[in-house]
Amino acid sequence: MTTFEAILLTIVTASTPLLIAAMGELVAERSGVLNLGVEGMMAMGAACSFAAAVTFDSTLLGVFTGILAGALMASLFALVVLGFAANQVGSGLALTIFGLGLSGLIGAPFVGARRDPVAPIEVPGLSDLPYFGRLFFGQDLFVYASIALTIVVALYLVRTRSGLRLRSVGENHGSAHALGLPVRRIRFLAIIFGGACAGLAGAYLALVYTRFWSPGMIAGRGWIALALVVFAAWRPAWVLVGAYIFGAATVLQLHAQAAQFGVPSQLLSAVPYLATILALLLLSLRHGRAIGAPGSLGAPFVPDR
Amino acid sequence: MRFELTPRANVSPVARALAPVAAFITSFLIAGLVIWLMGRSPIAAFEVYVTQPLTDPWSLQELIVKATPLALIAIGLSYCFRANLWNIGAEGQYVMGAIFGSWLALATHGTEAGFWVLPAMLCLGIIGGALYGLIPAFLKTRFGVNEILTSLMLVYVAQLILDYLARGPWRDPKGFNFPQSVTFDPAATLPPILETGRVHYGALFALTAILVTAIILGRTLFGYRLKLTGDAPRAAQFAGFSARSTTLAVFAISGGLAGLAGIVEVSGQIGQIQPSISPGYGFTAITVAFLGRLNPIGILVAALVVALTFIGGESAQILLRLPLDLTQAFQGILLLCVLAADALVSYRVRFVTRGGGK
Amino acid sequence: MFSRTIFGVLAGAAALAVAAGGAVAQPKDKVKVGFIYVGPVGDHGWSYQHDQGRLAIEKAFGDKVETTYVESVPEADSERAIEQLARTGHDLIFTTSFGFMEPTLKVAKKYPNVKFEHATGFKRAPNLSTYAAKFHEGRYIIGQIAGKMTKTGTIGYVGAFPIPEVIAGINSYFLGAQSVNPNVKLKVVWANTWYDPAKEGDAAKALLDQGVDVLAQHTDSPAPIQAAEARGKVGFGQASDMERFAPKAQLTAIVDNWSDYYVARTKAVLDGTWKSEDTWGGLASNMVVMTPYKNMPDDVKKMAQETEAAIRSGQLNPFKCPVYGQDGKEIECKGNGALSDEQVLGMNFYVKGIEDKIPQ
Repeated sequence: MTTFEAILLTIVTASTPLLIAAMGELVAERSGVLNLGVEGMMAMGAACSFAAAVTFDSTLLGVFTGILAGALMASLFALVVLGFAANQVGSGLALTIFGLGLSGLIGAPFVGARRDPVAPIEVPGLSDLPYFGRLFFGQDLFVYASIALTIVVALYLVRTRSGLRLRSVGENHGSAHALGLPVRRIRFLAIIFGGACAGLAGAYLALVYTRFWSPGMIAGRGWIALALVVFAAWRPAWVLVGAYIFGAATVLQLHAQAAQFGVPSQLLSAVPYLATILALLLLSLRHGRAIGAPGSLGAPFVPDR
Repeated sequence: MRFELTPRANVSPVARALAPVAAFITSFLIAGLVIWLMGRSPIAAFEVYVTQPLTDPWSLQELIVKATPLALIAIGLSYCFRANLWNIGAEGQYVMGAIFGSWLALATHGTEAGFWVLPAMLCLGIIGGALYGLIPAFLKTRFGVNEILTSLMLVYVAQLILDYLARGPWRDPKGFNFPQSVTFDPAATLPPILETGRVHYGALFALTAILVTAIILGRTLFGYRLKLTGDAPRAAQFAGFSARSTTLAVFAISGGLAGLAGIVEVSGQIGQIQPSISPGYGFTAITVAFLGRLNPIGILVAALVVALTFIGGESAQILLRLPLDLTQAFQGILLLCVLAADALVSYRVRFVTRGGGK
Repeated sequence: MFSRTIFGVLAGAAALAVAAGGAVAQPKDKVKVGFIYVGPVGDHGWSYQHDQGRLAIEKAFGDKVETTYVESVPEADSERAIEQLARTGHDLIFTTSFGFMEPTLKVAKKYPNVKFEHATGFKRAPNLSTYAAKFHEGRYIIGQIAGKMTKTGTIGYVGAFPIPEVIAGINSYFLGAQSVNPNVKLKVVWANTWYDPAKEGDAAKALLDQGVDVLAQHTDSPAPIQAAEARGKVGFGQASDMERFAPKAQLTAIVDNWSDYYVARTKAVLDGTWKSEDTWGGLASNMVVMTPYKNMPDDVKKMAQETEAAIRSGQLNPFKCPVYGQDGKEIECKGNGALSDEQVLGMNFYVKGIEDKIPQ
């Protein structure tokens, strides 16, 4: 394996959890719901998946538990913002705080436990191709799942009737409701999907990325995922691009240090954030003001007003 | 099963005022249940979390100290949030205010510079925070870049700048190369209000900011303009209010107040520059702003309540060995309950068990 | 460059204090001991090891002690938590991170009858001791092992922040490696965090990708050594024994063993013999413990054991003079045949042969 290949592989690992979590949030936001609870849902996904994986000695069961935990957290959020029409920004923050606390309680007994690595899927012959062999044919299942997720979400939003309905609910819930669309049911499902994805991303961090659990291990990745959705202007393909740019910037700054360029490490650490702002700026310059959020994003919906 | 929401025609002010109280009771009941399930006494927990801190002069004082930066930042954020602008980068503006103000403290260190240093530091803190807050505002008004993302990203950047300064140029040459600056001179230190206490003048700044905001929001055209921009942006446009200048103004205000909180904490509490100068005040203040329903008096109360959960949480660790995570989970539940209760006051909720969606 | 005067003044103050404080100290029947942790007890690194020390106190004294802790205390807002311990009847309080120095000092002045112990700082008072561990002694040993074990000739180091303690560790590691392998090269990556497992793992992978085959770390999670294990490379555990996370990769681990010290200090309070002191313990006092040497040839193991014994007996000092700076100039030798304690505690230069620059 050459250095080049190895770097590419590391970038993929660093980007995948961001991609999965951001893709879920994207669907929720396209339906008009801003859920700032991603960090909390990821934390719960990580803690619950790890607890289940260790208890039952099954990575698969762990992954499902993680997804379930994320979805359950999301349903709590849905209850408050859809059932009671509460403020979404505040409720999302509350969900994050709650999730970080609760995940700490759940994970505490599992400190010090570890899981074996998840074997990558290898295709004989293809995996050994130079340069990109391992990149395309030697990843773990999550990586392929995250790419598949991107494609499915992209197709769903643009090509299916249901996706169109979801987008129209997000664009203008008033008119969607007038047209007879079940605004709250669509949003409920979108929120649950977002939670499930965040849970999966958390499970990836705990079961594949680090393979142990510790408090605070999400370390702000949920917020980065949220930022990526905005960065991508709510388009799935751009979420993929953004996640990989961010992942690459994170990994490459470490390589730049190892290669001894002599730049302050704080500056290099700031590169991913500055790069995101810059990329966003360039994107806005090119597209003018056309890139916008879904029209009803963040606004509470009360039917029959 | 589904919910039906119908707006209530007349919401009585009494109901509105009682909603947070009901939310409190609910979240205490939930927390009590959890503590009971963990095999501890909920009553003892209530004692330690609430009764003791509120009856002990020492913790009352600590309550004010902890609530000061939260209230200062949250009151600033309320301007943004009222106008539906999502500044979630107060933490970065706090740090930048602290950096600007501390620059003067360090530059005048060991000199005979007089009484003017402290006021100038505070002004610089406000300027630093406001300028840093204006970056996302400018990017939004000029290029249409979403402010949530940029303000958040700039938090990390500000923290890394502080980290660089504390470990590099501003490091105390006599401090064995540990990452911290010299301790500020008395002329650069915000004094406590009472000689023996820990409550410093920052608490008065926070009170002033709250009063001024209450007046601005209730009595001035600018307050009306914010409300209109937030509730009905189109109407605001027709009324001739420029969204652009509103955006810049509210970001400058909230950044300035966050910056003031930053320099107040550094010069009043910490007394030097170090790599970490905030336990996440800028983020916690967002919770405070919402908990206080963006209302100045509400924010004052909310800041004290959140401070109480922190102090109560520490006592619970010491006296009852209840884990810190429990406190955090409780804070989340409390905020969710307050937000839900608020909605319940405005809407009548009915459970419909048959029929599903439309 | 370094202020000896600060040390002198503080030491003088401490001596006076001992004279004054010694008179009032009396044996106690029961002692309450409090701890302030910077991270969660579940970090399996720094705070976890301090908590192991707390549990050791409970085990050693049973009913005669009561211990409490406050975890995840932010350094910028720690004064209240420390004072909270002081005013709830704790007799002895350990504050276990450098950032607690000023707040501990302030609270110590307010509560003259409570004993305080601050880890890794340099400011003392009549009722405030300091303690730290000479981790660089262990790092010299692992440096030698790394020098012997590397096949690529490049060894790596994941650092948290460029503070003196970490710099001294890097230098000691490199001097050890150089002593057995003069041409060895060192690559350093700063994670700019004490604890972010995923990022630490990425930092380790970056080093491994660039040809490093033996990895040391000065961040708290097992992620770096786990990355080494996954790549079939080797490394060293940090703070606690990380063997279960990397059974094939861990050559040895440098364990922070606070238990002996904490038990001794608690006993001193019980006996009424507690004094304000500065303790800087290493291998000899068991504050630094090496886990069994594994996964290496017998000759390397033997060398490591001999080096450990030599440091333990005081025959060998990792910073024995002459020590050369990066520019090749000899560093002034202020200690007795080795760099002085102050020079090591405030170290801000790389030794000759390290090609990187310290981030400033």
